[in-house]
Amino acid sequence: MTEPTHRAANGSGGTAVVRSERSNPLLATFKHARYVIGENPVTGLAFGLFVLLCVAAIFGPYITPHDPLASNTLDALKPPSLKYWFGTDQLGRDIFSRVVVATRLDMAIAVFSVALVFALGGISGIAAGFFGGWTDRIVGRLADTIMAFPLFVLAMGIVAALGNTVTNIVIATAIINFPLYARVARSEANIRREAGFVQAARLSGNGEYRILFTQILPNVMPIMVVQMSLTMGYAILNAAGLSFIGLGVRPPTPEWGIMVAEGASFIVSGEWWIALFPGLALMLAVFCFNLLGDGLRDIVDPQRRT
Amino acid sequence: MNMDPDNPPLLDVVDLTVEFATRRGVVRAVEKVSVSVAKGETVGIVGESGSGKSVTSYAVMRILDRAGHIAGGSIVFSGVDVRNAREDAVRDLRGREMSMIFQNPRAALNPIRKVGRQIEDVLIQHNLADRRDAREKAIEALKRVRIARPEERYHAYPFELSGGMCQRVVIALALACQPQLLIADEPTTGLDVTTQKAVMDLVVELTREREMSTILITHDLGLAAAYCDRVVVMEKGKVVETAPSSQIFRSPHHPYPRKLMRATPRPGVQLRDLLSDDAARPAEDGQPVQVGVDAKPLLIVENLVKEYPRKGEDGLFSRLFKGDDRKQEEQVFRAVDGIGLKIMRGESVGLVGESGCGKSTTSMMVMRLIDKTGGNIFFDGENIGDVPAREFARLPLRKRIQMVFQDPTDSLNPRFTAVRAIADPIYRLGDVRGGDAVRARCEELARLVGLPVELLDRFPHQLSGGQKARVGIARAMALSPELVILDEPTAALDVSVQAVVLNLLQDLKKSLGMSYLFVSHDLNVVRLLCDRVIVMKSGKIVEEGSTERVLGAPEAAYTRELIDAIPHPPV
Repeated sequence: MTEPTHRAANGSGGTAVVRSERSNPLLATFKHARYVIGENPVTGLAFGLFVLLCVAAIFGPYITPHDPLASNTLDALKPPSLKYWFGTDQLGRDIFSRVVVATRLDMAIAVFSVALVFALGGISGIAAGFFGGWTDRIVGRLADTIMAFPLFVLAMGIVAALGNTVTNIVIATAIINFPLYARVARSEANIRREAGFVQAARLSGNGEYRILFTQILPNVMPIMVVQMSLTMGYAILNAAGLSFIGLGVRPPTPEWGIMVAEGASFIVSGEWWIALFPGLALMLAVFCFNLLGDGLRDIVDPQRRT
Repeated sequence: MNMDPDNPPLLDVVDLTVEFATRRGVVRAVEKVSVSVAKGETVGIVGESGSGKSVTSYAVMRILDRAGHIAGGSIVFSGVDVRNAREDAVRDLRGREMSMIFQNPRAALNPIRKVGRQIEDVLIQHNLADRRDAREKAIEALKRVRIARPEERYHAYPFELSGGMCQRVVIALALACQPQLLIADEPTTGLDVTTQKAVMDLVVELTREREMSTILITHDLGLAAAYCDRVVVMEKGKVVETAPSSQIFRSPHHPYPRKLMRATPRPGVQLRDLLSDDAARPAEDGQPVQVGVDAKPLLIVENLVKEYPRKGEDGLFSRLFKGDDRKQEEQVFRAVDGIGLKIMRGESVGLVGESGCGKSTTSMMVMRLIDKTGGNIFFDGENIGDVPAREFARLPLRKRIQMVFQDPTDSLNPRFTAVRAIADPIYRLGDVRGGDAVRARCEELARLVGLPVELLDRFPHQLSGGQKARVGIARAMALSPELVILDEPTAALDVSVQAVVLNLLQDLKKSLGMSYLFVSHDLNVVRLLCDRVIVMKSGKIVEEGSTERVLGAPEAAYTRELIDAIPHPPV
């Protein structure tokens, strides 16, 4: 409670403004993140994995030992060795390089689809919860309609109908996640609809839309961020699943789903490494995002800061 | 303490220390607390929030949450060492030997189970009934807590019962197993005064007739004085005074109970008297803004009506309980039924009534947060009642009518710092522009309401209740409004904080020349702050007049009932 406060001369006005240490939000968030990670080693592990995934996604093509597309039939179907860490596939391509390079594509699909569904589902859900009435009915029935389909089959249908491109995978993944976001956002906004601070904002002269974006949205954010992290793993899995059955990304582009699909036929003949390593990468990524959700909630929730 | 060797106390707590492990290290919530309760005795534990009174009772029941543990001392309950007893032994004690009533009765009941079934569950759990006679015994238990038509209420769900009714069911649950000790943790906070009186009378009568001991935990000195034999006053985790209740109120030894006594609003005191001598009194303003009672009232409300559609009236429940004699035109519920009132400039008017009487609905309509069904609202000559509530936010009139909300926590956005909350109306409706100017205005407002300026960058959860109330008041004052509606602004605050906030409101009114509409259920508070009082019941005004007249010589029977129900410390 007795934080040291220091006076800082305010540059523009020249008036001395008292600010507490907390007023640097970035520093405070960083400190808080460090505390949360220190408190819960699982969160630390998840963040470590996340950093690893980011490094692979950003620098992937520059750090791989081999060209992920170059085939070398002399070295086809080699088991893991010092030269080929994860072994090679039927065309002699280095699996390690392909797994690392594929991170970017898989992450991009997940990030863009989650961003899209967050914008669509989150905003329409908050509006539904806040305004109620017809907005609520339309958004609610739309979510119900999507939920009525088996989601993966719906995604397959969307990609097949719209065309076999990466963009359409992103759209399909966003659409099947829409009900999750709309419903969570709706219920979170709904319980705050008549809260005292919303009434107070009305008294302060805020219009309904401004209240929606400045008062309700920041309060719904923590739960949405957790939701984003959880669906991120699901989105990666979904993209890989679509590629596995031959939709979306096409060979020879390195992508975890295709690589598992290609390697599947070789497992019987004993070349297990072709399917195992991309599958492992997929599993780690999903695992990482699911664990991240809990840690993120602790970091973004101001109530947890004391 | 009465240490009669022949008659050992039922509960003997000696040097109890409870610690909580938190992020900032170990916090001592309770330190060396000693309380003893004799058989048949009613002991009150009185203190403000954070004094450790609830934690003490949780420790006695051994229901502390995971972070807390008993670090020292002993708890002996009728010969059993509660502190070191095995969990299953304590579980056996709970409910059968000692039981508890919580503050929020609705939260203490399972919302999706019939209340009768919930009583049966307890009876069967403790082998006091079997499947065949459980129902009979449950109805009998409901009868004992004076629930009318117990056979029908047996089938009721908690949400179908009023707050007082729910608390009766909770009492029935707590007493079902004939325990020797009843711990009542703020059993009537949040209930109306008349309900509070009924519930407390019931508790005292039931415990007397069974020779039970009771621990009453409360923040209300008057309540403790009226119902307890002995009072233990706690402050910051320590017992500061233990004395028979008649004595503690006449001649308290410790300064803290004296301060508490002093801060409790009661008849025959002025607002200034609530503050202790050493507390810095707000400076008397040299010259209050001249607001000679204008012939033209600031606010005129005429024949105001608000109707809500009744829901679920055709259900099985309503047919069972209300019979089918309701008339066809009663499809709507009149929350506010044709009331009229006037507020002059610089006047403060109290709007008093119990929950559900329509006082909040009235204030929300005057505030233009909800639309009226009928009638007129004139503010300074302009008919504001016809402007839809949704559009009113954008009118320039908006800044002239502001409000202080009941719950300071709920009315602040948890993700806004204090300064952002105060600055919000200034940005939207004020004439101050630019970040530094707004900041300066916020700091000025903070000083005005006595909020330390360095707290402005904190989030609501980093502020105390009193500080949050001040932020709410500063926000309402930010636009220098002419009419402020105060919706029970101190209901969620401790008495000592309430005293300071009430004085602050009075000073602000004087220096800024505002009019107040003070909505409250607490007549003692209204007495201190208001010039005129309006008493409402079931959407209608039952009495109106100057504060002295209405509270001193009430004409309506309902007003008398309200005044009589207030527990007073014996001064």
